[in-house]
Amino acid sequence: MADEKKFAGYICTGCGIGERLDAGTLEQTASRDGKMQSCKQHEMLCSSEGVQMIKDDIANDGVTHVMIAACSRRAKVEAFSFTGVALTRANLREGVIWVRPDTDENTETTQEMADDYIRMACAELKSMTIPSASGEQQLNKNIMVVGGGVTGMTAALEAAAAGYPVHIVEKSGALGGHAANYYKSIPARAPYADPQETGVEQMIAAIDSNEKITVHLNSTVAKTAGAPGRFQVQIATESGSSDELSIGAIIQATGFSTFNPEKLGTYNYSASPDIVTNEELEKLAKAANGGPIKRPSDGKEVTSVAFVQNVGQNSGNKGELAYHSGIGDLVAIKQAMYFKELNGDCDTTIMFDNLRTPGAGGEDFYRAAQEKSITFTKAAVTGIETGTALEVKFKDLILNEETSMAADLVVLDVGMVPNSGPDPYAEPMETEEGESAEQEAPQVSVDSILNLDYRQGTDLPHLKHGFTDSHFICFPYETRRTGIYAAGPLRRPMDMRQAADDAAGAAMKAIQAAENAGQGRAAHPRVGDLSYPSFRKDGCTQCKRCTVECPFGAINEDEKGYPMYNEARCRRCGTCMGACPVRVISFANYSVETVNQQIKNCEIPEEWDEKPRILVLACENDAYPALDQAAMSGVEINPWARVIPVRCLGSTSLSWITDALNSGYDGIVLMGCQKGDDYQCHFVRGSAMAAERMGKVGDTLESLNLEPERVVVHEVAITDIERAPKLINDMAETVEKIGLSPFKF
Amino acid sequence: MTEVIATNQTILVVGGGISGMTAALEAAETGKKVVLVEKRPYVGGRVTQLYKYFPKLCFPTCGLEINQRRAKMNPNLTILTMAEVTGIQGEAGDYTATVKISPRYVNDNCTGCGDCATAVEAEFDNEFNYGLGGVSKRKGAYLPHKMAHPQRYVIDPAIIGTDDAEKAKGACKYNAVDLEMQEETIEFKAGAVVWATGWQPYDANRIQPYGYDRFANVITNVEFERMADPQGPTGGKLLRPSDGKEAKNVAFIQCAGSRDHNHLLHCSRICCMATLKQTHFVQDAWGDEGKSTIYYIDIRAIDRFEDFYQSVKANPNVSFIKSKVASIVENTENGNPVLHGVDTEGYNRYASEYDLVVLAVGMEPSVDKASFPVDIVVNEEGFIEPAPENGGIFAAGCASDALDVNRAVQQATGAALRAIQVVNRVAGTEG
Repeated sequence: MADEKKFAGYICTGCGIGERLDAGTLEQTASRDGKMQSCKQHEMLCSSEGVQMIKDDIANDGVTHVMIAACSRRAKVEAFSFTGVALTRANLREGVIWVRPDTDENTETTQEMADDYIRMACAELKSMTIPSASGEQQLNKNIMVVGGGVTGMTAALEAAAAGYPVHIVEKSGALGGHAANYYKSIPARAPYADPQETGVEQMIAAIDSNEKITVHLNSTVAKTAGAPGRFQVQIATESGSSDELSIGAIIQATGFSTFNPEKLGTYNYSASPDIVTNEELEKLAKAANGGPIKRPSDGKEVTSVAFVQNVGQNSGNKGELAYHSGIGDLVAIKQAMYFKELNGDCDTTIMFDNLRTPGAGGEDFYRAAQEKSITFTKAAVTGIETGTALEVKFKDLILNEETSMAADLVVLDVGMVPNSGPDPYAEPMETEEGESAEQEAPQVSVDSILNLDYRQGTDLPHLKHGFTDSHFICFPYETRRTGIYAAGPLRRPMDMRQAADDAAGAAMKAIQAAENAGQGRAAHPRVGDLSYPSFRKDGCTQCKRCTVECPFGAINEDEKGYPMYNEARCRRCGTCMGACPVRVISFANYSVETVNQQIKNCEIPEEWDEKPRILVLACENDAYPALDQAAMSGVEINPWARVIPVRCLGSTSLSWITDALNSGYDGIVLMGCQKGDDYQCHFVRGSAMAAERMGKVGDTLESLNLEPERVVVHEVAITDIERAPKLINDMAETVEKIGLSPFKF
Repeated sequence: MTEVIATNQTILVVGGGISGMTAALEAAETGKKVVLVEKRPYVGGRVTQLYKYFPKLCFPTCGLEINQRRAKMNPNLTILTMAEVTGIQGEAGDYTATVKISPRYVNDNCTGCGDCATAVEAEFDNEFNYGLGGVSKRKGAYLPHKMAHPQRYVIDPAIIGTDDAEKAKGACKYNAVDLEMQEETIEFKAGAVVWATGWQPYDANRIQPYGYDRFANVITNVEFERMADPQGPTGGKLLRPSDGKEAKNVAFIQCAGSRDHNHLLHCSRICCMATLKQTHFVQDAWGDEGKSTIYYIDIRAIDRFEDFYQSVKANPNVSFIKSKVASIVENTENGNPVLHGVDTEGYNRYASEYDLVVLAVGMEPSVDKASFPVDIVVNEEGFIEPAPENGGIFAAGCASDALDVNRAVQQATGAALRAIQVVNRVAGTEG
């Protein structure tokens, strides 16, 4: 019987819980107040025996809802992991006995704390249902790769090698991308001494002969609708025909464009055909067809070439790049070697600022260049004069003098600009001439690439400088659109070897997304979570806050303006739930109600007891672990505090605050992650949304005639082991100062 | 006896640092069975010892928490700690791994209550803090750090046979302390292997002119990282080891042992960004009184991170000197290290005195190239080459090159796919 719920509580008396607390009272609290139908104590609940006891009750007694009162929900996770039941943890160890001194005068308040956590856990459990997949999904193993350059081709071959069918959508008439026009590439294998063949033709041949890969040339993505596991993609071809594909997950590998140096006065790029970009040099080298490279102006064999590095990069100037390609010096070395190979004893000089040849391969390649008598000059180029010959004027930074050199050909190291479609969240362009120091990344493409049929825009959001990622250190593949992964120079500038590795990683994420979507399991970071948001339609006012505030653009609207959740696009942070003013959005095991019940079932002592209550809503990813670590360090937390972990502070409903204040809580502390440009929120915008909404709490406090300092929002990091408890203790002092809430009765 | 259930469709991941964890989790979250073998008593590797990441200046434990939660919740993943792969035989799709497991003397009954640590008296240098200045100690029964996963105590083999060991045993109410535990060697099957044994800091003692072994106030960048961490040996205060004096005037020497024929041939890629980040520690600790001077050959901030370099360069409290420092001597009156060398931009000689010198030592592969327990193609620098000859063994992270965290994670994700390709082929033929 699916509807038959059976609630069971289990109280661990190990780790000092039994010594510090009255377990009999705890059990009574769970049964009487918490309405657990059965309640058992165990002296070591996490032991195989204790766990077996719970498993037996689930199997034999039909227990569907389990309340475990023991250690933190972060401890013994593997032991307390039961499939097919709703589970909650009352934190009596890290949450109570480890943060309270073991003295007689504290016994009473410590016990009260523990009893409250049990009441809260039981109340939460009562309003939970067992999460199960929605059934909306089915397994679709097709992977779509947008872009047929080295990154896209590699992603396709790698996904296909794992057994997944792939569709490559390529805008041009041929596969190969930039690399198809390259003479050679930077070596990807030891001994890292000479440029190597690009291998592009072999890759194209491998794709042509791979029966799992379908190539759509002269094609673009006209529309992408749906979600991971059920994307419906319309492919438009140049000829006007269109094709509809069912896709499980998407890899965007649309590469880069080279920066156009025309507007940079110093380099005089437009003044002479013999001043070329590094990309153009590849074409000259390829056109030389094994003979000497000739200069474009008159076809003379090049006898001297100057490579000017770092052109328009690392710049604070508007219209230039604030970052660097990172690979420009390796490219220059490779190209200087072309001249050593094809043009006899051609003079090759690389004028650099900081030479960037990192890693083992990079440094080996640099040494190989020195052995080939390529000259490296630390220089700041000040101008290039054109005339009968080119004259590069520069300051030699080692000799500390202004000087110049003549060259037949000058090669400019221009940077790579990501071909990311338009950023859905780009600020509208300011029309007036502002004092804005903010520089804009040069936009190369304003056309949509994915044409997502999403409420929040057509393409992957940018993070910085036009790169389309969201957590580039720990989780580099995470974009803000679930099941769509960026690969190659779209994420950061990179060379072919790195792009190939990157493509394999993106293919990994794509097949994983397809598999998990097929099972209704969440994607990163709540991987495997089966709960998903649903809403009570009759209560919904179509206000659209959830569809607008979802950090992942997961929610669409139907024709009447009701939300459509697309759970395979959802990361389960609950920001939609926090956004909803009418509290109609919920997850099976996490809802406005599950938290509200916890708030309401904490006992509020009468005013004359002089025992305040402080509600703490703590992000479970950072603030809560910080509090756990504080407990391990023996840092004290005020006995009036009651901590409730939340999936993300962005899921905080304003109603929790209002209800808590109305129920007589004396202070409320909200702990979320750092927001802003260097945000640390795992759900990108959750903590920012929370801060924005809580800005309105002042009105609530005012209407209740309460002091504004009763509610505080803090950014708390996982390392705030001393600070997080202090913030709670500070609130206790505040309450001491301003007095108890008048809302106790 | 440790039991591991594994088949030719299992993926073995060697090394549980950020790369190994990533590879293991990505594969496990795609439904593959994974066994992760980690030498330390906990996963997370060297990132657990970093205070902040560049360029966001955020905390490594933040991402670690997510990864550890992923690990705790995934039944496809088996983690063996204090374990080392000593041999791999066979071929792609059919490997047999031999794994040596050192005794932890604490079994999985451990609740992490800490009673054993309270009972034990003996103290040892804390390797988690690189034993910084000999001041950082841990007990003979210990949890390596507060976020250690598994959250299970370790008993130092040095106390076995002493009264302390008995005290630990006596203090444990849960029969978790097992003093009879022995080293064991187990064998199991695997279809593919991800090799993610990571890096270690280059031994600074070998750079003789810098006197790391002679001068207390010459430390390494990994030690400085611990010093800046509020959970570290000085509680986050930048105090120099010799006399506990506030270290306000700090020199950073780049390429200490890197890009050098006498030491590491390669560029370790991360040290420039690490130093740029560490100038923030100096700035944050002392404000305008904190001065950082960076001695460098080239500043390699690399691609997207270059804007971080530009922002540090704009800080008037940070100076850059293009120079390979020739030698360090100590001013015996005050313990200050004195740097000697020539500024190559203008060829000026200098003899500059600082409170503290931080050597930006590079990364060398953890496994010596002569002692890989498996036949694998390794380059001159000791990193694993992406060679088809490696069969079903794929390098991830710093076993393949000197990489920062984002590149290591990226590369490990790709390695996971390549391992999956092999086991999927096995599944295709077996299933």
